[in-house]
Amino acid sequence: MSDELTIDTPRGAGVAAPGSILYVDSVTVSFDGFRALNELSLVIQPGELRTIIGPNGAGKTTMMDVITGKTRPDTGDVLFDGHVDLTRLTEDQIANLGIGRKFQKPTVFEQLSVFENLELALKCQRDTWSTLMFRLNGEQKDRIDQVLVTVGLADKVRMIAGALSHGQKQWLEIGMLLMQDQRLLLLDEPVAGMTDAETEATAQLILDLHKDPHHSLVVVEHDMEFVRALGARVTVLHEGSVLAEGSLDAVQANQKVVEVYLGR
Amino acid sequence: MLSEKTFWSGFAALGLLFLVVVPVLNLAVPEGSALHLPNYMITLIGKYLCYAILAMAMNLVWGYCGVLSLGHGAFFALGGYAMGMYMMRAIGSRGSYGNAELPDFMVFLNWKELPWFWMGFDHFAFALIMVMVVPGILAFVFGWLAFRSRINGVYLSIVTQAMTYALMLAFFRNEMGFGGNNGLTDFKDILGFDLTQASTKMGLYLLSAVMVGATFLVVRFVAASKLGRVMMAVRDAESRVRFLGYSVTSVKLFAFTVSAVLAGIAGALYVPQVGIINPSEFSPANSIEIAIWVAVGGRGTLLGPLLGAFAVNGAKTWLTGAAPELWLFALGALFIIVTLALPKGLVGLWSTLRAKAKEKTQ
Repeated sequence: MSDELTIDTPRGAGVAAPGSILYVDSVTVSFDGFRALNELSLVIQPGELRTIIGPNGAGKTTMMDVITGKTRPDTGDVLFDGHVDLTRLTEDQIANLGIGRKFQKPTVFEQLSVFENLELALKCQRDTWSTLMFRLNGEQKDRIDQVLVTVGLADKVRMIAGALSHGQKQWLEIGMLLMQDQRLLLLDEPVAGMTDAETEATAQLILDLHKDPHHSLVVVEHDMEFVRALGARVTVLHEGSVLAEGSLDAVQANQKVVEVYLGR
Repeated sequence: MLSEKTFWSGFAALGLLFLVVVPVLNLAVPEGSALHLPNYMITLIGKYLCYAILAMAMNLVWGYCGVLSLGHGAFFALGGYAMGMYMMRAIGSRGSYGNAELPDFMVFLNWKELPWFWMGFDHFAFALIMVMVVPGILAFVFGWLAFRSRINGVYLSIVTQAMTYALMLAFFRNEMGFGGNNGLTDFKDILGFDLTQASTKMGLYLLSAVMVGATFLVVRFVAASKLGRVMMAVRDAESRVRFLGYSVTSVKLFAFTVSAVLAGIAGALYVPQVGIINPSEFSPANSIEIAIWVAVGGRGTLLGPLLGAFAVNGAKTWLTGAAPELWLFALGALFIIVTLALPKGLVGLWSTLRAKAKEKTQ
């Protein structure tokens, strides 16, 4: 598949699940008769960075809900790592498998400090007993300090997260995602409400994460400048299914895409 | 969370008050003195201490974890019944019917032998285990079903009310084998100590005070742990916690079960001091009152529940004596005032006043 080629009807046809990090095949989700996802198919390869665009109501957030176990699909398969069926697992089991999510609206624990928010996200045993007996070791402490510097909140460690600005909450949530050290990262509009400088820094952070082949990233975004800065393969969603896929230039040149989305 | 120093000095001050000052005022200060605490006050404070344990248990699950259980009275009553059953067996042949094998109410109902679920209650150690195990198992099973199905907020409050109401109706029935309407009473002694003696009453009071201290330590240990922070995270943004990989069901189940066990212990200490346990302890209104104590004191704080239990019950004791018909109105008004004006309860009021005083001096 060349980047210039736009695929109109991928539907997972002929693409095998083995070897992929995320395999979504013919997934349909209906809410009271409204099809939020309509036979959606999508394959993400290990180490890939993918951006997903689409008009409001195209099903971007519902897709993330299905992958992270919040919403159960009516039909279709969702496989992680080529073989783990995500449709049978709960949110916490999926998170422990190695899938992390950043929400559209920044959701941090407002009553806890910045440090405590990162500590809760830290990758470690998360069963109730281990959590009760948990003691932060030196290595974990260093990791939190490192992430604090990366997300630029080092001087706000003791601050209550609820007192942070909108942009800082976005960064804190990105920091929480980093703390989890996940293999597949889903970012829902990571730069919403950020200034231009912050947006640029976020793009750089995502590109840095992408350099590590351990990470696969799926970024949903409206901001076209940001999508261009990422320079990744783009999937266009429309009415719950994939309308087009390819490089940003290729999808922008696609007549169907222009009609339903960019042309409006 | 309080600093180590503040916590331990507060803990020591409370210990001094309840373990030294109160007993000295009762035992060493002569009866004619204005400072003398009469015996009935010891039992009354002992009763309040049991309520304080219950409030602290409620705070663990509601104040920290955000689960508003309105059925905690049931766990308290079950612990009380387990202790009551031991004391019934301890009566032996000293009952009105002089039957060494059966408690009076069973003789009255013409029962021929002891039901299987009364077996073992002749032993104090067995009863002590049941005090914790019965509320613990009920909370675990009930909580597992409710939390797994993600029954939250007001729905959980309603099902817990239904639980305690159903238990009340069941315990009212004579066929249940727990004394029906009258419950269990006419206790004579506990571990051989005569319950009418002032020294036994003092002993039970001191035991309640020690248990308040132990409950403080348990709640503080949980609240200060990472699990405590996960509980607060569940309270504030439950679904977000799931996406971090914590099982919200397990976290709530842990808090609910530990809380029920503590409530059972409170009930077991309460019954020998008041001398009776009957099905009215299961009444839904009792469980709502527990929530009010915690709200008045300050939920999600260590000291709040103790303060709330003493303040509300002190007011209740005084007002039901002075103007009994006013009590329910006063309770309702208190609830409204706390909800509207004091979201953090008395503890919150104290911090606000202190902050204002600081502002003025600056």
